[in-house]
Amino acid sequence: MAIPSSSDGPGGNDAVTPSDKFLDLNAVALRYGGADGTLALEGTTLAVARGEFAAVVGPSGCGKSSLMKLVTGLLPCSAGSIRVAGAEIDGPLKIAGMAFQNPTLLPWRNTLLNIMLPLEIVRPHRHRFRRERSAYVAQARELLAAVGLSGFEDKQPWMLSGGMQQRASLCRALIHKPELLMLDEPFGALDAFTREELWSVLQTLWLERKFTCVLVTHDLREAAYLADVIFVMSARPGRIVAVHRVDLPRPRTVESTFDKAFVDLVQTIRGEIAKVRGEAASKQPKVA
Amino acid sequence: MTPQNWRRLNLAMPWLVIIGLLIVWQAVVQLFSIAAFVLPAPTAVWSAFLEYRDPILHNALFTLRNTIFGFALGIVVGVLLGVLIGSFRLIYSGLYPLLIGVNSVPKAAVVPILVLWLGIGTAPAVATSFLLCFFPIAVNVATGLATVEPELEDVLRSLGASKLDILRKVGLPRSMPYFFASLKVAITLAFVGTVISETLASNDGIGYLMLQASSQFRVPLMFAGLVVIALMGIATYLVFAVLEARMTGWATRRHDAPLGGG
Repeated sequence: MAIPSSSDGPGGNDAVTPSDKFLDLNAVALRYGGADGTLALEGTTLAVARGEFAAVVGPSGCGKSSLMKLVTGLLPCSAGSIRVAGAEIDGPLKIAGMAFQNPTLLPWRNTLLNIMLPLEIVRPHRHRFRRERSAYVAQARELLAAVGLSGFEDKQPWMLSGGMQQRASLCRALIHKPELLMLDEPFGALDAFTREELWSVLQTLWLERKFTCVLVTHDLREAAYLADVIFVMSARPGRIVAVHRVDLPRPRTVESTFDKAFVDLVQTIRGEIAKVRGEAASKQPKVA
Repeated sequence: MTPQNWRRLNLAMPWLVIIGLLIVWQAVVQLFSIAAFVLPAPTAVWSAFLEYRDPILHNALFTLRNTIFGFALGIVVGVLLGVLIGSFRLIYSGLYPLLIGVNSVPKAAVVPILVLWLGIGTAPAVATSFLLCFFPIAVNVATGLATVEPELEDVLRSLGASKLDILRKVGLPRSMPYFFASLKVAITLAFVGTVISETLASNDGIGYLMLQASSQFRVPLMFAGLVVIALMGIATYLVFAVLEARMTGWATRRHDAPLGGG
């Protein structure tokens, strides 16, 4: 169903039609450790269009990170099907960019060489890397400049602050121009001001490059600021309990997070998560 | 104390300690009139060294050569084993108990077997020094590989990286500090191995020289042999300490001030 969009700008929301589902999960389940292991996800169905920014929110331990591993093919699902760009997943994706709460930069490489790491691995870049090194270096410098890290190319990662390391980590996830960017609480360990700054950095990059992005987060304001569509998950085993299309105009700013529409959206999602948390808690005594 | 003076003192400390020790040693021997065949004075050791300079140097070079051979073999085998153990869970489960068993056997007890197989002289000395030094290298390389962050592995795998890619780009560089730390331990163990074997089964080397000196009660000569081994140990240790600082400076530079800021 097409919901009228309040925005004409980039990132306006049209409903996902079957033909343009870039990411398509159908009744996906994930069970850890054999037949009687923990059920992390059950009956998860969601679709993300090409070039769309999706956010997944939910109570802690709801299997958000498991979802990341499933979509990138790092874990096989126990039931259901996952299709990326029309093809069923069988093994790790070769095109995805990933960033985590921990920036995991390599301490023996400087910032520039750190963000160029994917180019040494992804086909076809790895075969061209030596021949076209200067072109790749220029590309990397440009990307560093876009996130405000000009002049830090030669610094070792431990000389950068947490926020700068996370900017570099974002660059590393994007340098090979992936079609799919997976972010697992990338700003979770940063202070509030740095986090809001990086929301804006990420939004700018996304508006320019229009990659498909899945952001897993527990920060509802972050989800509402960045996403076109927000999936709300239940407590373990995780299911999608609600889907919200975010029709707020782009580019969004920290000021727009105080708009009534924004606050209402965050309040609604908060209510939904409180409800699934409550249900999970009431189940607890019977289990114990 | 100014920083420069402190740094100078820091550099001089090893020499100050050694000179102090020699003075105390000399004083104790002379004050209590200790017989030279119990504990020779440093001056007596020095004159023994001068007197037997040629045989000492000849045997020291023999020992040094055997040690380097054994050590080189230890590095090759240790790194290969470490990579295998650190990369493959099944190989880890299969080999680790065996390795610990092998490492627990006193190497002095193995030398007679090596002599049966390899004869006397260079071959068992190289083998013993290899047996003593490969284990710490293998364990440390494996530890370095096992401590790669799982998130980083996920990042690389989702780019289509093979196991070999991950090993080359992340695993091996990450284990370099562990590797060099193990080299400093392994080189001293390699000397121990060579000298044990030379003492039991050789007609050359510092170990043999000391055995001969002992049977003739030339105690100052024995001490001269000990000092030469110690000096070779320190010299090779320094070589690897310098190499370590050059290759893995990134792992020890953390005390430098960060830039800070958002």
